[in-house]
Amino acid sequence: MPDATTSGGILLVFAIVLPVAGVLLSLVVGGRQVERIALIILPCNLILASAIFFDLWQSGSQLIYIVGDWQPPLGITLRADGLSAAMMVTTAVIICVVGVFAHADFDTRAQPFETRAPFVFWVLLMAIGCAMNMIFLGGDLFTLYVALELLTFAAVPLVSLDGRAETIQAALRYLLFALLGSILYLAGTALLYGSYATLDIVLLSQRLRVETATLVAAVLMTVGLFAKTALFPLHLWLPAAHAGAPASASAVLSAVVVKGSFFLVVRLWFGVMPGLLGFDGAQLVGGLGAGAIIFGSVVALRQKRLKLLIAYSTVAQIGYLFLMFPLAFDSVSAQLQSNGALTGGMLLAMSHATAKAAMFMAAGLIYAGLGHDRIAELGGAARALPMTVFAFAIGGVCLIGLPPSGGFLAKWLLLDAAIATGQWSWAMALLAGGLFTAAYVFIVVSGALGSPHEPLKLRVDVPKYQEAAALTLALLSLLLGLVALGPIDVLQVRPEAMMAALR
Amino acid sequence: MTSWFFADAGLVLLVLAIGASTVFARQAFDAAIAFVVYGLLLAIAWVRLSAIDVALTEAAIGGGMTGTLLLGAVARLRSAEPNNTRLGLPVRLATGFCCALVAAGLAGALPLLPEAIPTLAPAVMENLTHAGLGNPVAGVLFAYRALDTLLEKVVLLLALLGVWSLAPNNAWNGIPGLRLYERPNSTLTFLAQLLPPVGIVVGIYMCWVGANDPGGAFQGGTILAAMWLLVIIARLEAVPSIGQLWLRIGLVLGPAVFLAVGLAGLVLANGFLAYPPGYAKPFIVAIEFALTISIAAVLAMLAAGPPKQVQQQ
Amino acid sequence: MSGANLFGMCGAALVGLGLYGLITNPEPLRKILAFNLLGSGVFLVFGLISRRAAAAGFPGDPVPQAMVITAIVVAFAATALAVALVLRLLEQTGRATLSADNPVREKGNP
Repeated sequence: MPDATTSGGILLVFAIVLPVAGVLLSLVVGGRQVERIALIILPCNLILASAIFFDLWQSGSQLIYIVGDWQPPLGITLRADGLSAAMMVTTAVIICVVGVFAHADFDTRAQPFETRAPFVFWVLLMAIGCAMNMIFLGGDLFTLYVALELLTFAAVPLVSLDGRAETIQAALRYLLFALLGSILYLAGTALLYGSYATLDIVLLSQRLRVETATLVAAVLMTVGLFAKTALFPLHLWLPAAHAGAPASASAVLSAVVVKGSFFLVVRLWFGVMPGLLGFDGAQLVGGLGAGAIIFGSVVALRQKRLKLLIAYSTVAQIGYLFLMFPLAFDSVSAQLQSNGALTGGMLLAMSHATAKAAMFMAAGLIYAGLGHDRIAELGGAARALPMTVFAFAIGGVCLIGLPPSGGFLAKWLLLDAAIATGQWSWAMALLAGGLFTAAYVFIVVSGALGSPHEPLKLRVDVPKYQEAAALTLALLSLLLGLVALGPIDVLQVRPEAMMAALR
Repeated sequence: MTSWFFADAGLVLLVLAIGASTVFARQAFDAAIAFVVYGLLLAIAWVRLSAIDVALTEAAIGGGMTGTLLLGAVARLRSAEPNNTRLGLPVRLATGFCCALVAAGLAGALPLLPEAIPTLAPAVMENLTHAGLGNPVAGVLFAYRALDTLLEKVVLLLALLGVWSLAPNNAWNGIPGLRLYERPNSTLTFLAQLLPPVGIVVGIYMCWVGANDPGGAFQGGTILAAMWLLVIIARLEAVPSIGQLWLRIGLVLGPAVFLAVGLAGLVLANGFLAYPPGYAKPFIVAIEFALTISIAAVLAMLAAGPPKQVQQQ
Repeated sequence: MSGANLFGMCGAALVGLGLYGLITNPEPLRKILAFNLLGSGVFLVFGLISRRAAAAGFPGDPVPQAMVITAIVVAFAATALAVALVLRLLEQTGRATLSADNPVREKGNP
């Protein structure tokens, strides 16, 4: 039975149209007003995302909007299911808090004329919001391709925003990897369209057959998306790019942007082709994830600079996310089940996003305050910037997976799935990762708590609201585990057509 | 029609040979020239595939604009220190093997596509009259999948912003550092006086006719961008500074009109980006015109590059 | 094998060529060229699908053609951004390289 536009569906349209309008308006109205426009658009985006979330929670069924009144396969549909809504709210909150944080670094009203870095930053921040919403809501693989490109073009200039040669190099490398990823994804969609004459996600899941062309398409698309998500061993671009960007940009890049392509991997495998992966494929993905955890954590431990440590920690945490593939694989039906492992994985993505954003913001404040971010010389930072170091520590607690943080709940769900399916090796990988994370968080925090050689004087006055922003996100990550009390059921809201196809 | 088959085979061999020389040429300049030729050959290939709109776009943007960009870059990179680090032979062989595997996988999957290929062509044609258009590709771009086209325009604007962000801090709001031709009274000036009037008419015509025949906003916009660039390089017009209001409005006009029509669809028709029955064509033509202006502006400014000099007051 | 199939195979070969160039060529500008080659190969695959899917009476399926037009424009935008990055790198350091081990010397940041 074809989809029909639901009553809340118009919210989906506004979630995309609003940031686009913001970008267009900013270009015309010009530099000094851009921040004001952004600080209106971003909270509205948060309100929209929350409205979508609550509508989903209350009604228990997804929101649909058929664009242009053309039914798929001819037209495009926007769909919000549980996964979309949860990720939309998380992303919207992070972007809003980053917006508050960035006011100090990118104040557009500091000069009487339009200045480069602030103008570019605010417009790109709105564009990232638009692109992420598009990725979460898009119901057609080609629309998702356009959304991926939007995300890439919004993220790459943020890396080179300060204009130093290393960051330009990092941005170029990022761009080349991202373009490779997009073009491989596009090649896959070509084969899929050739086989099924549609790129609509729900229709594809219904028409899918296990055959060579589809397998080749799936491999191409997945490898492309792995390159964009920086899964080991295609992670080479990430550390330099995320560490080199300004603090607010690093926060958005690590927390939000990499989750975009990750979300598409989940959509593709859990939504379109759950039966295609096979046991070996799932184990392979899990193996890459475990490799990422070990590699990223070990290299993070050896870093001398804080921002690079956090960037390598992102490489490791991304590996965690992919562990959910072997854990969600049900050998009986030979399919990926949308069960506890999926919920755990998505919750891990959300907690990592909030915690990592907080950690990057804290690192940025430490850099600004101390003038450097060398881990060996962090002594005295805790006394000089208590809120900041506390935020970093809380974010670390969430990444390690201590209760009641989101990380704890997520790992609990994943361990549950591991034990239920008897896959002890992945449980070991999870626990080992937690230990590694504890190690590098401890190194940083104990360094900051130590006493300096000479009394520490801050180079600049770090505004309290910036510290408060970092702390807010850190506390959010800590309390994310409390969603078990209710909202977590939202993650299970999936389209009926897909559920029917799965049975 | 075996004679056509041999012609196609010859074209394919030529394309592959020129493509290979793009990758394996020693000098960057040779590679860039080969790429321009490659783009034009591809345009012919698209004509053989009966995709005229794509052929026009490939010739204009793929061959023309990209070639211009790359040649300009090659010229500037001549002053760079040479890069002598080449990967060792074993690594190159291994990479070559993997790439051959990927190509083989793709090529192998193609004949395995189902014989009776499912297609959307009948559905497109059926609904085309409902949308009031004669060009099926325009129907897909502006009616059925209009959201993709709208977002793609935003993608273009973001790329431009990214290029602009690479300016030095004090040159923001300045003039793009497009290399201008120094000598007056030369062949270039003559061409820049002769071609643009013709080019502008062709560009506008191509946009107008796109509703019913191959053509449309992208193709027309590219021609207009090329004419504008020609006039600027020959110093018949000044390079605009990036902060100029008329430039910003021109850039934003296309997507803004598109968005406005889309939102109007909420009131006048059945939903976002839906058209009132019977009135689709005027709306779509209006969108295409606005889009042509914007695409011309964006493509020209993308080729011009980031601002270099502070604007002279 | 019809003409359209030939072009599809050509597209696959170009994908392989472009991928090889993207990975092995050390200079960023050549990588960008190779990426364009790779992209055009993928577009030819779309073209094959469009032509093959021509039901009786229609010259081709317009949906893949529209997708290719969109993708060509996006690829140009990507090329423009990448070229701008390369040229800026050249201005800053006097060389255009992606290798991280060679120390990148700043050349008087304007």
